[in-house]
Amino acid sequence: MTTQASVLANLAEVRAMIRKHKRNDFIFSIIGLLALMLGLLTLFTLFIDLVATGYPRFSLDFLTNYPSRKAAHAGLLSAWVGSLLVMLVTFISAVPMGVAAGVYLEEYAPKNWFSDLIEINVTNLAGVPSIVYGLLALGLFVYGLGFGESILTAGLTLGLLILPIVIVNTRESIRGIPIAIREAAYAVGATKWQVVFHHVLHYASGGILTGVIIGMARAIGETAPIITIGALTFIAFLPPSPVSDVAPFINVEWLSSGFTVLPIQMFNWLSRPDHAFHINAAATGALIIVVTLLMNATAIWLRYRIRKNIKW
Amino acid sequence: MQSQFVPHQILKAAGVAALVATAFSISHADAAANKNDIIRIDGSSTVYPITEAVAEEFQKAKRIKVTVGISGTGGGFKKFCRGETDISEASRPILAKEMEACKAAGIEFIELPVAYDALTVVINPKNTFIKSFTVEELKKLWEPEAQGTIKTWKQVNPSWPDTPVKLFGAGSDSGTFDYFTEAIVGKAKSSRGDFTASEDDNVLVQGVASDIAATGYFGYAYYEENSSRVKAVPIVAKAGAPGVLPSRETVMNGTYQPLSRPLFIYVSANAAKSNPNVKAFIDFYLANSKELVEEVKYVALPANEYAAVNDHWKSQKVGTGFNGEPEVGVKITDLLKRIK
Repeated sequence: MTTQASVLANLAEVRAMIRKHKRNDFIFSIIGLLALMLGLLTLFTLFIDLVATGYPRFSLDFLTNYPSRKAAHAGLLSAWVGSLLVMLVTFISAVPMGVAAGVYLEEYAPKNWFSDLIEINVTNLAGVPSIVYGLLALGLFVYGLGFGESILTAGLTLGLLILPIVIVNTRESIRGIPIAIREAAYAVGATKWQVVFHHVLHYASGGILTGVIIGMARAIGETAPIITIGALTFIAFLPPSPVSDVAPFINVEWLSSGFTVLPIQMFNWLSRPDHAFHINAAATGALIIVVTLLMNATAIWLRYRIRKNIKW
Repeated sequence: MQSQFVPHQILKAAGVAALVATAFSISHADAAANKNDIIRIDGSSTVYPITEAVAEEFQKAKRIKVTVGISGTGGGFKKFCRGETDISEASRPILAKEMEACKAAGIEFIELPVAYDALTVVINPKNTFIKSFTVEELKKLWEPEAQGTIKTWKQVNPSWPDTPVKLFGAGSDSGTFDYFTEAIVGKAKSSRGDFTASEDDNVLVQGVASDIAATGYFGYAYYEENSSRVKAVPIVAKAGAPGVLPSRETVMNGTYQPLSRPLFIYVSANAAKSNPNVKAFIDFYLANSKELVEEVKYVALPANEYAAVNDHWKSQKVGTGFNGEPEVGVKITDLLKRIK
């Protein structure tokens, strides 16, 4: 009898404990949800506000017109083409270098104090304020190397900015590959290069791509470093085309062309006295958010597609 | 697995290629652009709306490319004196040290006034006790000695209430700041530092509109757009004179003193001589500025002053009428006569 009673009493105690833990669980999940909602709702409110304000300007004309003193006729053509070209240079400069650096650090670099130093620096670089990259670029690219205030300078600057993001992401994706995959490849006689190139990089490509796109999405909204290196405010023509109809079919003149980008155009419109321009600025802001969200969505989709095809 | 990967790469490359192709099908005809074909302009954000309007019309009419940046008057002169731009916009005359930099680089310039602006001192519309500001009162409020000591309206004028003052003004890199301090305190760049400074005049409008204790100053165009949110204060130039509100008329007839200021463009004499595009641009600028200046809400020069500026441009005389200091209240016709 006594043992039964004590077990029952104990059971009640245990039940109370379980209830308490479940309650704590519930409270924490509410706090977590609130924290998540706070961020999401802020972004959502901001986006709705931009869309509501900028709504009258959503038209094809807005994308195909040059800037103008008349707000209703002013458009984003030179800005989005500028953004696109700058992103192209950023992509070409940051991705091969970032992925190569990530692969080297993860697969080839000897584990010693020097690698540790590089590792700490790369991680730190990811947290450096973007204006610092702008100042570096002003000294190094604009004056030091004489690239001037050009698309090349802007693209390389943003390339530097996202390089640490690409490196860190590449390393994390590579680290996620099970060691058994490498061992299996080595076991059938693959060289180190074959293991890295055919297996590790291949399986990590989803994660690497995600990192690249998230980095690019950050770069497209950057204003501070681009202002520092002297982006123009009024430019009503496009840079020379990178493809031409005479051999060798590509030309590089566009790299040295002056430019403007979406955030700069928005910034300029926002500082105008005329309120009609503030509508343009809101429409531009909404566009930048949509482009960023699309890029992030692409990253998620690509990761999903690539993961689905990997069966181990 | 290898084969699964390749289509993605191709897909992606094709996507990028398609995007680029879309962008450039439009610009195809411009393939052979020469860097000298582009007229490069930079400088004051105050003059920017005028130059932007001229550049827009000029490009439509002549198909010559123009770029305009906003680096501020000081930043614009730095680039101009390094030979990076053909034309520099300025909301104050060129300063002595900028003239030295230009001289060292062998760059001569032609000084052309293109419009007037009225620096407007504003208060919150709910502020009813301020009917006008004398220059002395503004000086008391803004001079460097006021920092940390002048905190209430009563300290500025004993007949005003003992309530706090909040100040909003131009950022120290702008020509507006240089001109206001020169006109009010008597020395350019000499101002108290404990005020909210911004290069973006909309921030100043917002600040004054939302605080009953506030006063601030900015260009007339920003006041005109926001005249329901902030109130302009009449300025008394000399003791005993009536207070004058900024307006087109009072700027044109010279009664709004000392805060009406000429706006300038500085043209590189070398570019004007060697580059026919630059010459065509300035011809176009002067021929159309009256109409365009009014459209972007600045005050156009009176006809006789435009004629004088036109003659000055034709004579291609280099140099400044100011001797390297921002001078207040000088007439443009007199100014141009000083340049030999």
